[in-house]
Amino acid sequence: MTAVHEPLSEEAAARLVQVASLSSARFVIRGGGTRSLFSPPEGTEALSTRALAGITAYNPAEMTMTARSGTPLAEIEAALAEKRQMLAFEPTDLKALTGAEGASTIGGVFATNASGPRRFVAGAARDSLLGVRFVNGCGEIVKAGGRVMKNVTGLDLAKVLAGSHGSLALVTEVTFRVLPVPETAATVVVSGLNDAEAAAAMATAMALPVEVSGAAHLPESVRGRFAGGALPGEGAATVLRLEGLAASVAVRQEKLAAELAAFGPVSVLDAETTKALWREIRDAAPYADGTARPLWRVSVAPTMGHQLVAALRLETGVDAFYDWQGGLLWLRMEADPEAALLRRYVKALGGGHATLVRARPEVLAATPVFEPQAEAVAALSAQVKASFDPSGVFVSRMVG
Amino acid sequence: MDQIGFLAPRPAVLARRREIVADLLDLMPPGCLVHEERELVPFETDAFVSYRRLPLAVALPETTAEVAAVLKYCHRYGVPVVPRGAGTSLAGGAIPQEDAVVLGLSKMSRILEVDYANRTATVQAGVTNLSISDAVSADGYFYAPDPSSQLACTIGGNIGMNSGGAHCLKYGVTTNNLLGVKLVLIDGTVVELGGKALDAGGLDLLGLVCGGEGQLGVVTEATVRLIARPEGARPVLFGFDSSEDAGACVADVIGAGIIPVAIEFMDKPAIEICEAFAQAGYPMDVEALLIVEVEGSDAEMDAMLGKIIEIAGRHGVRVVKESQSATEAALIWKGRKSAFGATGRIADYICMDGTVPLGQLSHVLRGTAEIVAKYGLRVANVFHAGDGNMHPLILFNANDPEDAARAEAAGNDILKLCVDAGGCLTGEHGVGVEKRDLMRHQYAEVDLAQQMAVRAAFDPQWLLNPSKVFPLEGRPAA
Repeated sequence: MTAVHEPLSEEAAARLVQVASLSSARFVIRGGGTRSLFSPPEGTEALSTRALAGITAYNPAEMTMTARSGTPLAEIEAALAEKRQMLAFEPTDLKALTGAEGASTIGGVFATNASGPRRFVAGAARDSLLGVRFVNGCGEIVKAGGRVMKNVTGLDLAKVLAGSHGSLALVTEVTFRVLPVPETAATVVVSGLNDAEAAAAMATAMALPVEVSGAAHLPESVRGRFAGGALPGEGAATVLRLEGLAASVAVRQEKLAAELAAFGPVSVLDAETTKALWREIRDAAPYADGTARPLWRVSVAPTMGHQLVAALRLETGVDAFYDWQGGLLWLRMEADPEAALLRRYVKALGGGHATLVRARPEVLAATPVFEPQAEAVAALSAQVKASFDPSGVFVSRMVG
Repeated sequence: MDQIGFLAPRPAVLARRREIVADLLDLMPPGCLVHEERELVPFETDAFVSYRRLPLAVALPETTAEVAAVLKYCHRYGVPVVPRGAGTSLAGGAIPQEDAVVLGLSKMSRILEVDYANRTATVQAGVTNLSISDAVSADGYFYAPDPSSQLACTIGGNIGMNSGGAHCLKYGVTTNNLLGVKLVLIDGTVVELGGKALDAGGLDLLGLVCGGEGQLGVVTEATVRLIARPEGARPVLFGFDSSEDAGACVADVIGAGIIPVAIEFMDKPAIEICEAFAQAGYPMDVEALLIVEVEGSDAEMDAMLGKIIEIAGRHGVRVVKESQSATEAALIWKGRKSAFGATGRIADYICMDGTVPLGQLSHVLRGTAEIVAKYGLRVANVFHAGDGNMHPLILFNANDPEDAARAEAAGNDILKLCVDAGGCLTGEHGVGVEKRDLMRHQYAEVDLAQQMAVRAAFDPQWLLNPSKVFPLEGRPAA
């Protein structure tokens, strides 16, 4: 059993890290443990943010919140909901997929840059992150960024900490931007399109001045597992979300439906169904199937998504659905993760990256879960890692 | 007030000047290296004109390979390099120094690809900001960040400074609209960061490079996000009896969950200056003016404006004036965007760029007025109110050194006030040399040391734009 440290304060965390930096102790940073992509290796200890919790400032009129990194995401979302605000990037909840237990933390959300359907128009978690406090690998308490929307004072360290999967520093506090919850939402559904037709339909929708805030394609193999099997129409469902003031959504919905009628039968989902559907898309619900079959989250150029799936299908058993206008694929392999094959095709189709988010523990351990970087970029990343954590206190699979 | 210092030129570099120029002439195509003293003069400063330094030479490469060759050479011989876009930095980000080679990207000004299906444009770094929107506008798209200098400033410079603009309240700043870059490292290595796929597969190095002020590498190409242009846009003028009323109105609009595309603020001196220049139809009998822009279909704009007008009513708005035509709308923005230029016609000025939390706007405006009065100077305020990014223009006479010193001192006091109010030194212009020596007011020593360590991970010898951003004392030995 790995030792777990739960420092009660930022200072205590800093002392722990400082001592570790002078010894051979190595830490794996842990939030709620719901997004971890590996079990801590032999000889490492867990450094938990659990006791570094609580919202420290929330100013709805300025659309900013500050919270300690161990604050449960649920607590943050509840506080925001009370003021009718939200995290614009729709953080994913992968617990049902991976079978993880525990409460996701805000620190974990930013450390994994966990961004949902709205990301492709409203930015990722990293785009909402305004400021951080963290303990670097020397045990120093450092702050970067601030609490205002526009800030170019010095290097933007918050950006590189977002999505760094605990490889650089122990983030102890985050300040982030929040947005008002849209008054209402609706989803326009086009039925029966194949993957290539859906890509064209989504590109058409994004070219219109209707502010689509979600664009996903749910092929026939998965559509029955969304919205309780009640999506309208036959075959695949291509879904486009609109949000905003009621009067405005009504106008845009009509415009969008009219344009998309050329592609196939069109129907519209109400606000309540829209909310549930996009939560399922966000969390890749169809693949929460109680298995450990390998599941990838792949980011490519939107027009390349369906080409990637088509190419893979010729060589291996794969099931997929698309978010971000086709640029985000949730890809489930039948047996082997086929990491090399997948990454070869990603590269051949203009580049992107694939992250293995679920597999049996021994497969996870044996597979490079993060996209291997080009040699020069990997070397640079290692230098950046060393600039935060020169003695390598923080162990993560992202940067060696 | 002490003048802002630059690093002492490296004697070894100055001593080899002739040789370096000869070597660079060999590396560059004909006509791409400037080295005659009188031809170097246009490169001695940028839009922060109070400071000037003649560079050793100016390389104007036409390809990424030439950029790499120059960097590799300078790295090998320890020659500082100052990257330069259009030289529009208000913070002195592109001011060279005597031992430095300026790497000007102005000849790399081609739009390489427009990809509507993926909503991206890939451009060379010397492309101007506005020309991206111009190239895609007929097809119904635009590139969102819109600094006031967008006619001249380059995308490479925008990336260096993480530039903003009036419309970033809704669309974000450069970093939120940048998908990828081709970056040349100081040793000449060319790397690609990001691309048409969203987010990073590894560490988000792109997020560091954007806003890195040309200290991490030289961007030669960029892939940026295009957005479908809204059906219509309508700027509306709201006149108030006091800056406090206008400031409180801004906070209430945002607090009510309404996010217009832009909320710009002008005080009376700014209104007078801009109106005299642009004849935009600004009301002249108010103390403060907000330009609020909404967009969408007519029905959508009417719905949103109705809510804003109602809130403005609660703050005693005296004038509400909607633009009635595209020409009027264009004039309203012309007035706002020429604020700096128009101010320059009546006086010399320095422009501050602090950002404060919205709740502190009124407090900081009052404090700004007191500081400027204490130094016996005048100020015009024109800024992005929706995100708290303030731009006090401090007016002075550049021919009077004492007046200039007072203006600089007043500016520093105002920036300290912004930081003390929970804000920051610079919201979109960058630190450059201008705010470098104030960095310790915002950051503790350990914070700066961490930033410098990250910077050194990219450029261990501190050759790239070395006199900028970080105070000269207390730097790690290169």
